[in-house]
Amino acid sequence: MRDTANPILELRGVGKQFELQDQRIEALRDANLRVRKGEFVCLIGASGCGKSTLLRIVAGFEKTTRGQALMWDRPIAGPGPQRGMVFQDYGLFPWLTVRGNIGFGPTARGRSTQEIKDIVERFITLVGLQRFADAYPHQLSGGMKQRVAIARVLANDAEIVLMDEPFGALDAMTRERLQYELLDIWQRTGLTVLFVTHSIEEAIFLADRIVVMSPGPGRIDSEIAVTLPRPRDVVASDFNDLRRELAQKLHSHHSRKAA
Amino acid sequence: MLETTPIAAMTAAPAVEPAPSSASFFTRARDPLLAVLFPGAVLVVWHFATYGQKYNLIPPPSEVALALWDLTFGGINDDAYSRTLHIHLLASLSRVYGGFAIALAVALPLGLMIGRIALVRRVLDPTLQVLRPIPVTAWLPLAMIMFGLGPRSAFFLVCLGAFYPILINTIFGVRTVDPRLFEAASMLGCEGTAQFFRVGLPASLPAIFTGLRLGLGFAWVVIVVGEMTGVQTGLGAIIMEARQLSRTEIVICGMIVIGIAGFISDRLVMLLGKRLLRWSPNFA
Repeated sequence: MRDTANPILELRGVGKQFELQDQRIEALRDANLRVRKGEFVCLIGASGCGKSTLLRIVAGFEKTTRGQALMWDRPIAGPGPQRGMVFQDYGLFPWLTVRGNIGFGPTARGRSTQEIKDIVERFITLVGLQRFADAYPHQLSGGMKQRVAIARVLANDAEIVLMDEPFGALDAMTRERLQYELLDIWQRTGLTVLFVTHSIEEAIFLADRIVVMSPGPGRIDSEIAVTLPRPRDVVASDFNDLRRELAQKLHSHHSRKAA
Repeated sequence: MLETTPIAAMTAAPAVEPAPSSASFFTRARDPLLAVLFPGAVLVVWHFATYGQKYNLIPPPSEVALALWDLTFGGINDDAYSRTLHIHLLASLSRVYGGFAIALAVALPLGLMIGRIALVRRVLDPTLQVLRPIPVTAWLPLAMIMFGLGPRSAFFLVCLGAFYPILINTIFGVRTVDPRLFEAASMLGCEGTAQFFRVGLPASLPAIFTGLRLGLGFAWVVIVVGEMTGVQTGLGAIIMEARQLSRTEIVICGMIVIGIAGFISDRLVMLLGKRLLRWSPNFA
């Protein structure tokens, strides 16, 4: 058993600089963050605030130029199955069916055929895609593709799911439904979720804690714990109070940037 | 066709009622009718331009039709060409597909390596790019010196014709895989060589397939040059031989057969592609 007092994820003074044609761009400066197991954390901020960079560092796609990113107290050295990424543009393998996409991870990690079959069936059912099990990605709607992407990382025993504006490309109705489904899965499985969004409402609806980031250079500005009882009512007055508070924070970044 | 229909359309109620049979007959017959319109017109013009004229170098279509019948089944002229079509067709088929297979066996792994390994690309790519503009015809003399008179030179030249389309498209396919797919694979625990075979290769298949199709097309295009190497049989060989004997109707027969054989061969490849790549929105 892992000590639950320890954070599953910890960033200590993480900085990231990119070299772009002789220019040095500071994407992230001195980011400190601790995420407990089972927590749902949303990262919110204007574009250029480094929220995607932070997520990609946790995923292991980018290396830090300063500081440390740790999972269970061990440095993150590269991408790995414990940290499953759900991309905004899905990143599904177009030559594999829904079944094949969900079974990709278990297959890559050498599970037996029977195990893979069981895992795939379980997660297809979890995301409700039984009827489309043998369809190819290009035959699916955006919402279905994102369900496959979620099932794909869960089927691979991800402990943390990293989501980079996963519902950003979906229509409002589908987005709302997927938010409900995601919360349902999160509550049933005890997952840890790190979720990047630019929608204030989405962040308040989903998160235990909202990390507000600001641009130029990208950094963590403040954190807000969301203690509203679940399921949350998006038109309740306390929901709106939080919405106003967050909007003001984000606006102040904008005006500072413009000044 | 069902598997190519988007799910959204499949789940919707069947919207299209079958059209009345008379209308559907014309809709179905329209494309083939339009397709034969132009060659039909060419035949008519050709016929009136050549029929009944003495000392015309181009034979009328009826004479070509008779020659084609004689070439296929015999019984009309009973000369050296009668009932020999199957021999020549088979010889050319074997060279086209043999040369193509050799080209594939070399160009595919080479293209994959050039696409994936920077060192191989730096060493080989410049040379290959300089060799590329050299036409297959220009290789003919050298091929005959290196491989001698006969079928080996023919194989070489056909192979050369099919080589570059396969190579270029394979390199293109490997180098243009969406980097997102590699990220997705690593995050799912698939790295290194396994990642190349489970992601890089399948993701490049549509481009590779386009290369195969173009390559096979070029193999047919260069078959006449390939069979100018002193081989006795083959569609290219009889075209060149009949030309020297002023048997222009045989030359035209050879051209027609190459055209039809190349067309059928392309259609078969397309069918294969549609089956193997039905996951790809570009092929389905």
